Amino acid sequence: MNHKSKKELLEAFASIKTEAEKRFKKIKGDSNQNIFIGMATCGLASGAIEVKRAFEEALTEQKINARIISVGCLGHCYAEPLVIIDKPGFPPILYHNVTPGKANLLVKAFLRDDDPVFEHVLGAMEENELVPTVMEFPRFNQEKRVVMAKCGLIDPEDIYQYIAQGGYSGLAKALTVDPEQIIFEVLESGLRGRGGAGFLTGKKWQFVEDAEEKGKVVICNADEGDPGAYMDRAILESNPHQVIEGIAICAYAVGAKRAIVYVRAEYPLAVKIVQKAIEQAKELGLLGKGILETQFDLDVTVFQGSGAFVCGEETALIQSIQGQRGMPQPRPPYPAQTGLWGKPTVINNVKTLASIPPIVEKGGKWLKEIGTKKSPGTAIFSVVGNIVHAGLVEIPMGVTLRSLVFDICGGIPNQKKFKAVQIGGPSGGCLPEQFLDTPIDFDSLTEAGAMMGSGGMVVMDENACMIDVARYFLDFTQHESCGKCTFCRIGTKHLLDTLDRITKGEGRDGDIELLEDLSIDIKEGSLCGLGKTAPNPVLTTIEYFRDEYEAHIQEKRCPAMMCRALTAYYIDLDKCARGCDACVGSCPTESIFTTRDRKKAIDQTLCVKCGECMTACPSEYDAVRKVSPPELAPKIERPEEG
Amino acid sequence: MNLSAETEEKAMFDDIASMLRTFEEKRENLMPILQEIQEKYRYLAPPALQMVAKHLRLSSCDVYGVATFYNQFRFNPPGKHQIKVCLGTACHVRGGDIILENFERKLEIQAGQTTPDREFSIDRVACVGCCALAPVAIVDDTVYGHMAPSKVEGVILGFEIEKERKEREKQDSESQE
Repeated sequence: MNHKSKKELLEAFASIKTEAEKRFKKIKGDSNQNIFIGMATCGLASGAIEVKRAFEEALTEQKINARIISVGCLGHCYAEPLVIIDKPGFPPILYHNVTPGKANLLVKAFLRDDDPVFEHVLGAMEENELVPTVMEFPRFNQEKRVVMAKCGLIDPEDIYQYIAQGGYSGLAKALTVDPEQIIFEVLESGLRGRGGAGFLTGKKWQFVEDAEEKGKVVICNADEGDPGAYMDRAILESNPHQVIEGIAICAYAVGAKRAIVYVRAEYPLAVKIVQKAIEQAKELGLLGKGILETQFDLDVTVFQGSGAFVCGEETALIQSIQGQRGMPQPRPPYPAQTGLWGKPTVINNVKTLASIPPIVEKGGKWLKEIGTKKSPGTAIFSVVGNIVHAGLVEIPMGVTLRSLVFDICGGIPNQKKFKAVQIGGPSGGCLPEQFLDTPIDFDSLTEAGAMMGSGGMVVMDENACMIDVARYFLDFTQHESCGKCTFCRIGTKHLLDTLDRITKGEGRDGDIELLEDLSIDIKEGSLCGLGKTAPNPVLTTIEYFRDEYEAHIQEKRCPAMMCRALTAYYIDLDKCARGCDACVGSCPTESIFTTRDRKKAIDQTLCVKCGECMTACPSEYDAVRKVSPPELAPKIERPEEG
Repeated sequence: MNLSAETEEKAMFDDIASMLRTFEEKRENLMPILQEIQEKYRYLAPPALQMVAKHLRLSSCDVYGVATFYNQFRFNPPGKHQIKVCLGTACHVRGGDIILENFERKLEIQAGQTTPDREFSIDRVACVGCCALAPVAIVDDTVYGHMAPSKVEGVILGFEIEKERKEREKQDSESQE
């Protein structure tokens, strides 16, 4: 790039930035009161719309002037709906589990009468002398936010807010240097693809850059099909511009003029927000023809994926864009040589692309200082299951599982014991307690038999049956297998049938060996990652929880009492209170009857083992018992009618 | 099938025909077309698939093959109220299958089916991304977090009461006339 156009570029960006800062000041100005409400999918599910309405009504009623700003997701799903109130004279304060009633209270007490209502405060967002900050909690201070730094703090539908906070300056900087320089920085950073396999991003780009052919394409893979992982959705819903900026930088570096964001159609809000973000970036000349007065053109479109797990695999994803069944193709040739419509194609995950702008801005060396030597940067996990502080967590690589589960996420609720953590979704494995000190990075997890995967993490307490968990994942992969490879298509079905039998108490001697042999065959006989990793949940559970398999097969007993065919509920007649009817109404199948002495008992032939009676039984009686094997339940005959 | 349903279907096919004309005859338009039909009518009727095949000059089995590959598409009309029970990992660990079973038992249909009166349909979905609220069920556009078997009855009862109320109002207004 010559000297003159470089100057023009910087001037063009500076004028956009000035405008953004001007607009941002208007919002953030000293005398303005702002209410930020988290309105991503999880917030909406927890009732953020009602909360917003309550704020609006209360503000009108009290005649208070305050601006309500919808923001994305902070990642603290356990505390949704989350609201930040920024009032002059106070630090920005974060409130958790806000209900319409609380919203009304906050308007009256805080906005009108200057009382921050301390009992509902989670913490302040900035250092101050009045309110303790959120940074005092491990859930906040042990995180390191690179990708999600701005999520939940800016309005995703307003490009100026992103620019005012330093957005798109990475792109402006990138356009002033040669593409090789950017690829060098990305290589230098050691960034590895966040889609799961951990291939060096810089290398991938280099291959495409080296390809001579024209018509190169960049694809952002947001086909997040892994049940239990939702960080890609959260990022797209909360800060789409950081991803778009990453796409633009990537396209410039590899010489692509076309980019596609592949989003699941099941994420309607994310689709809408990304489309809007692309339009806004075009209007400001940050996408489209002659970006920032340079010769660089980029056309970005959204393609909606129709929900097939296998389409997360890059060759299958390409097939699906071309209007075919999403079946993986043999590699080589890699998409970097022959990808979409036969053109060289870069396919990167949302998190990978969102990591690019800060790398370009701060240099490759900066990322290397975060995380471990072989896996630099941060990892985002959606920690769910039996965990106190469920939600999205971004941590530097190398943090141990123990500190993630117990320190950052608050451990297991209800004083239950930790049993296992399932990492990497259907392709990952279950790791028991002895692996809690494993550092989280690409290589350590693979060594332990799990996988980084897309970052889904399900924590399980002592009440989870590991065979049932393995069965669950096989049910998923069996359904999602595209059917191309015989071992994957028929093998996963056979694994599932065997696991089904075991959980129903029909396990036979030799089943464990059968599962192991078949798993190894499926791994070897499959083309793509789906088949190669599908047996992982089975293999890891057999390795670490063999005794549970044996209990199921030999004793027909489920130690965790989760497999419904192997458990039974009964009512302890010594504890059951005469005349109490609490359980009767809770039973969906009317299986609870009254005994001769007016106590209650369960008709085992009708019981579906949902456990509602156990919840309904008043704690002072605590009469409902759960046993495995079911024969342990005492038999009580239903008295004759009349 | 009654007469109104027939005319309704005819209107749908006419509409799809005019919609198809806005798409270029390119294979890569197949998915966007199917998605648009699905979004508008909430299912892909077999004749609609044939129309798409004809428009794109593909064999109808090719189109059918693509449509059945993806989970998003359904081939029978959904109920007025669509019940989606999440069976993602977090929901499974917290008993999502028990919730699904309760819906199935209550409505006497299986997942993927529609009640004979076309009021309700049940679908199982893999993760809607509200794992912290597990187990989750979505009815129409409302997300019900922390579901319990006993809540299932309440949800369905709510819709039934609403329907009865509307019918009564209709009858009242008719009798007044």
